[in-house]
Amino acid sequence: MFRYLVMRVAGMAVMALLATLVVFLIANQVPGDPVLAQLGDLAASDPNMVARYRARWGLDRPLSEQYWIFLKGIFNGDLGVSISTQRPVLDDIRQYAPATVELATVAFLLSIAVGIPLGVLAAIRRDTWIDNLARFISLAGVSSPTFWLAFIMLALFYGGLQIAPGPGRIDLSVISPQTVTGLYLIDAAIARDWEAWRNAAGHLVLPSIVLASGTLGLITRTTRASMLEAMTQDYVRVARAKGLRERKIVIGHLLPNALIPVVTLGGLAYAVLLTGAVMTETIFSWPGLGRYTFRSAVALDFPGIMGITLVVAAVYLVINLLTDLSYALLDPRVARERAE
Amino acid sequence: MSQAADSAAEAWHADRFGRWRRRFGLAAFGAAVVLMWIAIAILAPVIAPYPFEAVDVTKRLLAPSAQHWLGTDALGRDVLSRLIWGSRISLFAGIVVVAIGAALGVLIGGVAAYAGGRAEELMMRATDLVLCFPPIILAMAIAAALGIGVRNTMIAMLVVWWPKFARLARSLVLVQRSQEYVEAAVVMGYGSGRILFRHIVPNAVGPLVVLVTLDVGQAIITFAGLSFLGLGVVPPMPEWGAMVSEGRELVDQWWVATFPGLAILSVVVGFNFLGDGIRDWLDPKSRRR
Amino acid sequence: MTDSAPLLEVRNLRTEFLTDAGPVRAVDGVSFEVEAGATVGIVGESGSGKSVTALSILRLLAENARIGDGSRIAFRGRDLATLDEDEIRRLRGGEIAMIFQDPLTSLNPVLRISKQLVEGMLAHGRQSQAEALRHGIDLLARMGINAPERAVSGYPHEFSGGMRQRVMLAMGFANNPSLLIADEPTTALDVTIQAQILDLLKTLNREFGTAVLLISHDLGVIANVCERVLVMYAGEVVEEGPAEALLAEPRHPYTWALLNAVPRLDQEPPADKRLTAIEGAPPDPSEPPSGCRFRPRCPFAVERCGEHPDLLPVAEGRKARCWVTQAGERLLKPSTAAAVSAPAAEAGQPMLSLRNVVKHYPLRRDALFSPRKVVHAVDGVDLDIGRGETVGLVGESGSGKSTIARLITRIQKPTAGSIRFGDIDLATADRSVLRPLRRRIQMIFQDPYASLNPRMTVGQILSEPLRFHRLVRGPEEAKARVGELLEMVGLSARAAERYPHEFSGGQRQRIGTARALAVEPELIIADEPISALDVNIRAQIINLFVGLQQRLGLTFLFIAHDLAVVRQVSDRIVVLYLGKVMEVATARDLFAEPLHPYTRSLISAAPIPDVAAERKREHIRLAGEPPSPVAPPSGCRFRTRCPVAQGICAEIEPPLAEYRPGHRAACHFSGQA
Repeated sequence: MFRYLVMRVAGMAVMALLATLVVFLIANQVPGDPVLAQLGDLAASDPNMVARYRARWGLDRPLSEQYWIFLKGIFNGDLGVSISTQRPVLDDIRQYAPATVELATVAFLLSIAVGIPLGVLAAIRRDTWIDNLARFISLAGVSSPTFWLAFIMLALFYGGLQIAPGPGRIDLSVISPQTVTGLYLIDAAIARDWEAWRNAAGHLVLPSIVLASGTLGLITRTTRASMLEAMTQDYVRVARAKGLRERKIVIGHLLPNALIPVVTLGGLAYAVLLTGAVMTETIFSWPGLGRYTFRSAVALDFPGIMGITLVVAAVYLVINLLTDLSYALLDPRVARERAE
Repeated sequence: MSQAADSAAEAWHADRFGRWRRRFGLAAFGAAVVLMWIAIAILAPVIAPYPFEAVDVTKRLLAPSAQHWLGTDALGRDVLSRLIWGSRISLFAGIVVVAIGAALGVLIGGVAAYAGGRAEELMMRATDLVLCFPPIILAMAIAAALGIGVRNTMIAMLVVWWPKFARLARSLVLVQRSQEYVEAAVVMGYGSGRILFRHIVPNAVGPLVVLVTLDVGQAIITFAGLSFLGLGVVPPMPEWGAMVSEGRELVDQWWVATFPGLAILSVVVGFNFLGDGIRDWLDPKSRRR
Repeated sequence: MTDSAPLLEVRNLRTEFLTDAGPVRAVDGVSFEVEAGATVGIVGESGSGKSVTALSILRLLAENARIGDGSRIAFRGRDLATLDEDEIRRLRGGEIAMIFQDPLTSLNPVLRISKQLVEGMLAHGRQSQAEALRHGIDLLARMGINAPERAVSGYPHEFSGGMRQRVMLAMGFANNPSLLIADEPTTALDVTIQAQILDLLKTLNREFGTAVLLISHDLGVIANVCERVLVMYAGEVVEEGPAEALLAEPRHPYTWALLNAVPRLDQEPPADKRLTAIEGAPPDPSEPPSGCRFRPRCPFAVERCGEHPDLLPVAEGRKARCWVTQAGERLLKPSTAAAVSAPAAEAGQPMLSLRNVVKHYPLRRDALFSPRKVVHAVDGVDLDIGRGETVGLVGESGSGKSTIARLITRIQKPTAGSIRFGDIDLATADRSVLRPLRRRIQMIFQDPYASLNPRMTVGQILSEPLRFHRLVRGPEEAKARVGELLEMVGLSARAAERYPHEFSGGQRQRIGTARALAVEPELIIADEPISALDVNIRAQIINLFVGLQQRLGLTFLFIAHDLAVVRQVSDRIVVLYLGKVMEVATARDLFAEPLHPYTRSLISAAPIPDVAAERKREHIRLAGEPPSPVAPPSGCRFRTRCPVAQGICAEIEPPLAEYRPGHRAACHFSGQA
């Protein structure tokens, strides 16, 4: 098992590096020019200025050397310097990541806490109102565009009913808690600043619901389908033939089987939430990684994009690995195969 | 047979339409919605009440009324007309991306799976590489690098889109390849091309059609999202995602952003119902899963 | 409860399924009793309603099933049909236990054996967790599982099929039931393992006094275990009586047909190799025929059969639902056809000749540098097939028999060895050499559902090879030839317009046969072509093969796990075990004087539907299960289960030595089992 882990991690490192190379090549083979994007038309018309700019960021060197600069950045530990913010990319990521992690985690917990019970209930009470509700929620979740849902939520609960706080992580009137983890809920709890905690929590409600909508739908759908699948299996009839109560059959026999695919999906969902918050963050003015990525992309800020790529690919791969491992824990049939 | 049984059988016959409706009603509804939007897109020049680019600042942000059914936007343009014209780009982008992505993915995945060995390994690693990025971020990066525009955004989406079809095609081919009817074709001496395209593909096509249909909705959402971020279309071209973006600060003038969003929602729901319906039709066992 | 009342008394049981196509009555007025400690069997083909009857007793039916109003299922005087959910739940796994066909899917794959074993006891609240576990371990030991203390902490996938069925039995007996319902408990198992499980069932019945209701399609299995037998057809009991008398002299034509459709291991097959098959297939349960339901297929039908018969006494303790036997008619044994001189296999060069053929499948490595494990599917097999001959290849699962079929047809490439067909070595031939040969060697597959492309019409399936190999000119000729082919296999030419799913299993197997015949092959490999079919349909297909072979002078390699079937059709038989040939002989010699202990135990393990004959027969019971083909035993492969194995068997692999012309066996102690 240990050897398997080492192999997987090594493979992941190679994969993540390859990913940056791909981004690097794409970025360099396309017509867009960061100089133009950064300096604006006026400065870009001055050849001297452009040349100085290129030299400053190493854009005049051959491609291989540019990539080497990036690699050195990785091993220096700062992932290079962003062209648009002029700071080490790692510092940028450190600054923006906590907001995203907090939002994504709350959204993830929400999807799991609602999606799994809803899916289970829908399957065992098939064709009743709860099943219809579950189907409606999952359909609405996967069918409504996040950015629009965010707008509707804001318009309704903030603009219209005025029962929800507006955009941002915390009200300007409230002093944000001392940074320890960067996650406001945890930092506020450490500082025992319950007003800030309540305020931050309030600000999380709308964006986390919006962000969770897609994954919630998927998790409900998958849980329901895999429960229904498990219910057709012979061992359910055997359990019934043993005289077990229905409740015991559901909890003891169906869930352990039905949740296996949900775990895979859950891991993927968390990865998607962590990296897919661009729209939600944009509308809710959430100072997270998604917006940082978007800004870097539009500014053609190569170091920024590649730093983000590396981090994001790493997050994806780590979550994948964790998912595979928990899969092996849940399903004894896989444990042996995966260890091979 | 007893009388009770007879009347039960009669009731059963009488309910034939009811059963059809329960089984395919939603699919028919989905198909109707999709067809309606396609008709709207085609007939846009005929049915749009105003030109989509007609700016009239004296009529900014009018609420829905008899003249402007869905109101006007910040530049005084008719929201309904822009919505109608916008359907062209959204539907086109969604359908074309999925069609090309699926064709490409299936070709690569299917051939790789049937050939096996190195080719299959290479294909799997290539899809791994793409799949280790979050799709929206990768598409965003590529679209930004290529420059704003419908074509460039679609290219960016294609890069992200093909791997899942390649993987699906691979798994479908692998399932079919081990079936005895394929072995029978091998024993008959048929060549690989004939076996793959005449025997395996027609049997694997069902699940693909389902995924393609469901995916058009997702592609429409993604394209609208990229437009929302300012990557999809060049103004003043109307596009649903861009229209939501234009109205996103206008909480009081809710109609500017709400209606284009509803349009997206309705198309996506339509494709979802249609896809589920096709799945039920192809495989009665999976009904209502 | 009085002592005279039976343990279980089923009266007028009707079970319906509400389907999209309307209500379907699967069980229609079934009545029977099971006395305490008795053994009762229900036999019938698929769709006869036997399993639904069993499931109805414990109300374990699917959601869309309904037990009809007049039905009564009295167990110790209580009517199970009307008990409330909670009360019937307490009976399930308590007083009445049930085990099912497929031990693979009957155990929950993600739960430990201990949990699955104990939960049934805890649900009935008689024992503490620790007591239950101890009792469970005792039961596993009782069921013949080695090291039960270790076994309970394992997961189902770590056990073989036979072991899983033992675990299922342990679960069934956890609360000392007074009735065990066993629904096809051995159908998914190999014949030697089946014999072990049936022995276990009989012992449990004797020692615990538990009554057994055994459901099976196999008259031999029923005869082996049960005192009384019910025969079901189209949802009704058509005959009931003591097993011995009923099997010796059936009083319903359907029972008669079932008995005669199965080849008997203890009887020499007739010279024409044909079985007594009745025409047609069981009726569609949603519209049963009027009158006697068996009438459309009955060779004895008389005019009165248009009227629906009741189940009436025909002799002491026997009932039958038949006007013919009511009137005192006897159902005579079918006359065996006069010997047709079978085309003698041509001497000289065999048509196909396998020498030292090996197929190894590498498994994935455990770790990067660990040695690669290999499945030894076929491990040095020699086999000759003469022109016009039918060679039977018999073995249990894992013996490599299907792999051999796929090597000869080059669906797979052998790892080593040669397969000579004429002047060409198929083992090494490349694609261009193989292509013209494809026509000459064809295959018929096991699964009638998977072996026909569902997206092509029967006409397309049959004409594609004709055109591909340029055997016809133009579509007209192709159409005519397709019609000929269909008629050759006993189907109408109109079948060409339809798709495979519109046909039954037996008809599909005919279509598969027609496809193989389309290219006019010399050699046909039939890989378990009848194992997925019902008894009567099997007989029809065997007769079809035999007829075709005699008419067209074909050469057959017939692969099956059922010795009696192989004997029926084959001139010579090859017995395989774990990828090696154990014995080769003519069909007659192999049964007259089996030399290898494995052959002898195979013959003795297959149950015979004749109680008297079964009583007299020699019974060799093999212990344990076949070893894994990943790590086959040293020396003789069979030694780990062999009743006569000695030290030498582990060291020296016995060669396949000739004992008399054409009779070879690979055993140091041939003939001494």
